[in-house]
Amino acid sequence: MNKDPSSGAKRKIRILVAKPGLDGHDRGVLVLARAFRDAGMEVIYSGLLPTPEQVAQMAVDEDVDVVALSLLNGAHMTAFPRVKKLLDQKGGKGIVVVGGGIIPNEDKPKLLKLGITGLYGPGTSLEEIIDHVKKKVAERRRST
Amino acid sequence: MLDSGGDPYWSKKAKAFAAARKGTKGMYGDSTIRAIHKGVEQWQKGVLGPWVKRSDPLKEDFETASGIKLKPVYTPEDIQSSDFSDSSFPGVYPYTRGVYPSMYRGRLWTMRMFSGFGTPEDTNKRLKMLLKHGETGLSIAFDMPTLYGYDADHEKAHGEVGRCGVNVSSLRDMEVIFGGIPLDKVSTSMTINAPAAVLTCMYAGVAKRNGISPKVLKGTVQADMLKEYIAQKEWAYPPEAHLRIVRDMMVYCTKNMPEWNYVSISGYHIREAGSSAAQELAFTLADGFGYVELGMQAGLKVDDFAPRLSFFFNSTMDFFEEIAKFRAARRIWAKVLSEKYGAKKARSLLLRFHTQTSGASLTWQQPYNNIVRTTLEALAAVLGGTQSLHTNSYDEAWALPTEKAVEVALRTQQIIAEETGSTNVIDPLGGSYYVEWLTSELEEEAYRYFEKIDAVGGLLNAIKSGYLQREIAENSYRLSRRVEEGKDGIVGVNKYYVKEDAPINTLKINFGAQKKQVDRLRKVRSERDNAKVNAILGKLRRAYENPEANSIYPMMEAVMAYATLGEIVQTGRDVYGGWEEPIIV
Repeated sequence: MNKDPSSGAKRKIRILVAKPGLDGHDRGVLVLARAFRDAGMEVIYSGLLPTPEQVAQMAVDEDVDVVALSLLNGAHMTAFPRVKKLLDQKGGKGIVVVGGGIIPNEDKPKLLKLGITGLYGPGTSLEEIIDHVKKKVAERRRST
Repeated sequence: MLDSGGDPYWSKKAKAFAAARKGTKGMYGDSTIRAIHKGVEQWQKGVLGPWVKRSDPLKEDFETASGIKLKPVYTPEDIQSSDFSDSSFPGVYPYTRGVYPSMYRGRLWTMRMFSGFGTPEDTNKRLKMLLKHGETGLSIAFDMPTLYGYDADHEKAHGEVGRCGVNVSSLRDMEVIFGGIPLDKVSTSMTINAPAAVLTCMYAGVAKRNGISPKVLKGTVQADMLKEYIAQKEWAYPPEAHLRIVRDMMVYCTKNMPEWNYVSISGYHIREAGSSAAQELAFTLADGFGYVELGMQAGLKVDDFAPRLSFFFNSTMDFFEEIAKFRAARRIWAKVLSEKYGAKKARSLLLRFHTQTSGASLTWQQPYNNIVRTTLEALAAVLGGTQSLHTNSYDEAWALPTEKAVEVALRTQQIIAEETGSTNVIDPLGGSYYVEWLTSELEEEAYRYFEKIDAVGGLLNAIKSGYLQREIAENSYRLSRRVEEGKDGIVGVNKYYVKEDAPINTLKINFGAQKKQVDRLRKVRSERDNAKVNAILGKLRRAYENPEANSIYPMMEAVMAYATLGEIVQTGRDVYGGWEEPIIV
């Protein structure tokens, strides 16, 4: 495991893991939730079938550093930007948003432009995802 | 098994089977087994031992994907109790070797490619393309709003219409999907669960409009709600409410749609959710026993409905374990149906199944490798005796498949059927010491799970407490860690990785589907007799409120009057409420 780039920061990374839509494919999020926890993060799982509004509200209420979104149902181009926009509106502008699932290449630039990063597909190593989250949080903490 | 525990049958069965396997009165006889035992010891000491000293084994632990420990080689000693009665002949109890006497010599499996996307027009075109290329059965994929029972204009449907399947909001959409397709000649499988009864009524409705009697309709709706709570997680109501509607379907179809498979008991999603082969086998069959009990509780005779129950399994990468799983499934079903549920008709004992190759085994890295994965998985299904097969396309870790990718997937099945000789001999791996041993090993593991499910108070309790979901999540995490630690190799992922940017072109789905569907829905609402629709929905509501009523009759009326899917499912939500799953992580 790489050295934790956020070490030295005072609090543990708080991360909300969510599937913002009509999508029951929860294998990936359940594995990730455990992997984030094993990597020392505080993990909150939204449960299934929340709306983007509920996810954004939960993120703000729980004061998380990161929202990790997963969709395998093809709705990422509407649901991910919607969560991001609602976070900005609800005072969660500083929250890091990462995503993954079945995301075609041509969709990635648009999501990246909105500041939604990661965009990992099936078969990505847990370590790569964890490192990405830690890196993004460290950047965010340095800039605020 | 379904709604209570403490049934001594399950613990007795588990113990008796384990004990019987230790017996030595098999077809090889005591003295032969003793001689082989000695031979194995001599081989290990005199041949294998010195060899291993010179070259280290590649791995420390050799095991199946389910985690069953493996020896380097299997001999008659490993199946010493077998007297051949557990294998027997194709089409003969306990059907280990196949459900039909001639298997693929008489008829190939049905090549059934799961498809559906965008608007009903898009899907109609894809179905006709597949029929033209030699597909023999239709299989429809629906989008998420349809699967959860929301109309195209519901706020939860926003952005999801037509994205990962075709959208159906009313009978009008089904009329378009099946336009120009002779419903009395094809068989159609619909992957639909929570609103399965509504889609069955719609399919029958399209037939009626074309002058075809629902009595001759052949096909399947998945309607396996037990596995929804366990794995796929697409529900509308709490478990008891959904089971009541499944019960109504069993009774209605037994009488009115005798050729319709109203439930397809599915291990596919249990496996995709991260279970092992042993868990897929055990949980799926446990669900099957649950439906048998549901039918019997509704007053049906087991032999009147068991022949309509069919199964749906996954085929993934541990080739021999998958084959053994299919063989074990047939054997367990035949034994338990006859021993415990008193089925007498041979048809009741046949575990007929559809197979889909594993979506979760596909990688987005080096996607063309997925053609090879799918080929091996498909071959395992064929060697395991499947009745129908869907082969995934190589681009499905990226998007819904392109026409070209689907064609390669269909051709994969055709190559296995036409060119490999795999269809010439029935159950060609029967008699392999390893496969026979592994078949029994999985059977034993399944009995142990039935005993555990019974011990936690039956299936419904095992679901509501999250026991089954946690078992799967545990295994899924174990598998992920094994890949992460390099214990399980995946080519292109943690072995032989190369960097590629845009390896393939993928299917683009038109965002126009949502608008088109919403427009059509509004037109349907404005053209129908709304007073009549409201009156029928009231009738449906009263049927839902009366546990003794059969809700399918008013549902059929509602569908024919162009009540929408969302309106019909909402009527149920008003009566039963929704469902929150137990906490798993």
